[in-house]
Amino acid sequence: MLGVALLGLAFILVPLLATALRVDWAHFVPLVTDPAALEALGLSLRTAGLSTLVCLLLGVPLAAVLSRAEFPGKRLMRSLVLLPLVVPPVVGGLALLYAFGRFGLLGAPLHALGVEISFSTTAVVLAQAFVSLPYLVLSVEGSLSTTEAGYERVAATLGASPAATWWRVTLPLALPGLLSGTVLAFARCLGEFGATLTFAGNLEGVTRTLPLDIYLVRETDPDSAAALALLLVAVAVLVVGAAHGPWLKPRIRGNAV
Amino acid sequence: MRRESVWVKTAVTGVVLGTAMALSACSASGQGAAAGSASPVAKKTVIVFAAASLKATFTQMADDLKKQHPELDIKLNFAGSQDLVAQIKAGAPADVVATADLATMDKLTANGSVDGTPQHFASNTLTIAVPPSNPANIGSLADLAKPGTRTVLCAVQVPCGAASQKVEKAASLTIKPVSEELSVSDVLGKVASGEADAGLVYKTDVQGSKGKVKGVDFPQSSSAVNTYAIGLVKGAPDADGGRLFLSDVTGDSGQAVLAAAGFGKP
Repeated sequence: MLGVALLGLAFILVPLLATALRVDWAHFVPLVTDPAALEALGLSLRTAGLSTLVCLLLGVPLAAVLSRAEFPGKRLMRSLVLLPLVVPPVVGGLALLYAFGRFGLLGAPLHALGVEISFSTTAVVLAQAFVSLPYLVLSVEGSLSTTEAGYERVAATLGASPAATWWRVTLPLALPGLLSGTVLAFARCLGEFGATLTFAGNLEGVTRTLPLDIYLVRETDPDSAAALALLLVAVAVLVVGAAHGPWLKPRIRGNAV
Repeated sequence: MRRESVWVKTAVTGVVLGTAMALSACSASGQGAAAGSASPVAKKTVIVFAAASLKATFTQMADDLKKQHPELDIKLNFAGSQDLVAQIKAGAPADVVATADLATMDKLTANGSVDGTPQHFASNTLTIAVPPSNPANIGSLADLAKPGTRTVLCAVQVPCGAASQKVEKAASLTIKPVSEELSVSDVLGKVASGEADAGLVYKTDVQGSKGKVKGVDFPQSSSAVNTYAIGLVKGAPDADGGRLFLSDVTGDSGQAVLAAAGFGKP
């Protein structure tokens, strides 16, 4: 069993190690601090941050309803929420185009109002939020489902309002799931490629995020592509590492219950 | 406990065997394609590596040729010209190689990978692709640079982008695109969907779009003509078959297929 586990780990690590070995270390710093690369990294971090915020605003209520409410069609609803996870990102990008594109379902009325989404940074954020929302919802819902709804009932019988129960009991209990879901969503946003390319376009400083930049420089400068790839891996490792820190223990503020 | 360990062993064996079988199945099908010439039917396999833009025309030529020579089995491998060169340099088996520009072919001849001198067999020029209704009223290259026109171009790093830059220079224009796409098909897609008002693509792309986009020709396109070259790969597994395909491409029937698809004379 351990052997297969190690094989699985190697399967993930060997390609990443190969990337590190492929990097021209003598020129690593100039390659990754190239203005175009920094612009792309900055855009990636900004859009991923915004997209994660969108995911939190839309995803936490969705997760709360899925874990706490009982209603017909709940299983179907959960499956639908997972769809962006299973459709290829390119398909997601096309779907967004059909919805928000210039001649899309919602794009035409938006266009009439003077709002153009395609080829804008907004489109990048929409693409990233679309593909990463399921990660957040799954994580938060899982966390809420495993915590005892009994605490909430006790809080309610002790006179806490539903809002106070939510902020001081439910949310702290779900905090580990919320944090790891947020981090996963952020990481998925950073790596987004297919939907962005299809829906948002590719222009430096506007829509060219780091993954798109890597794919482009690969055409002419493989060394630079390898260096940037490693940079993206490093950022991802930092982000995921932060998500699994020892500080992520469920806790309830003493005075809440 | 005992039962559990048996179960675990079985599961582990299953996983390992399953993975091994899946992997060997992949490689077996990969080899099958290349090893077709050894089959008992004694079919001759000709392997043609061609630029992605030749997909429709070369597929048609191969089908026509197979009808005349039933003993031929023609395998077509389409990719970007750069990728084709990399594959051949890495030792991929090929009899014929056709690139979308001369610079890429030069890399192969310099490397000694081509038998004899490659032949020029077609050319392709840029044209402006617009949605059929031409909403932005594009009539010339200068219209692409007008403020408010949503133009998409290929990024300069890819061949169609380099060609676009050449015609921009020839026309002394600076086009500010709303997007720099990774390939010419991405440009075509953005125009066909109506997201963009115009884009620079090849004449053959417009011809192949089946009415999804309309072409607007412009005189400066003559400053960036792509010449296609075809050559026999040195050490070709089936040099005779390769020569047959090559002469078909440069001959009357092949040239007619290319002309119908919008390619120009070399």
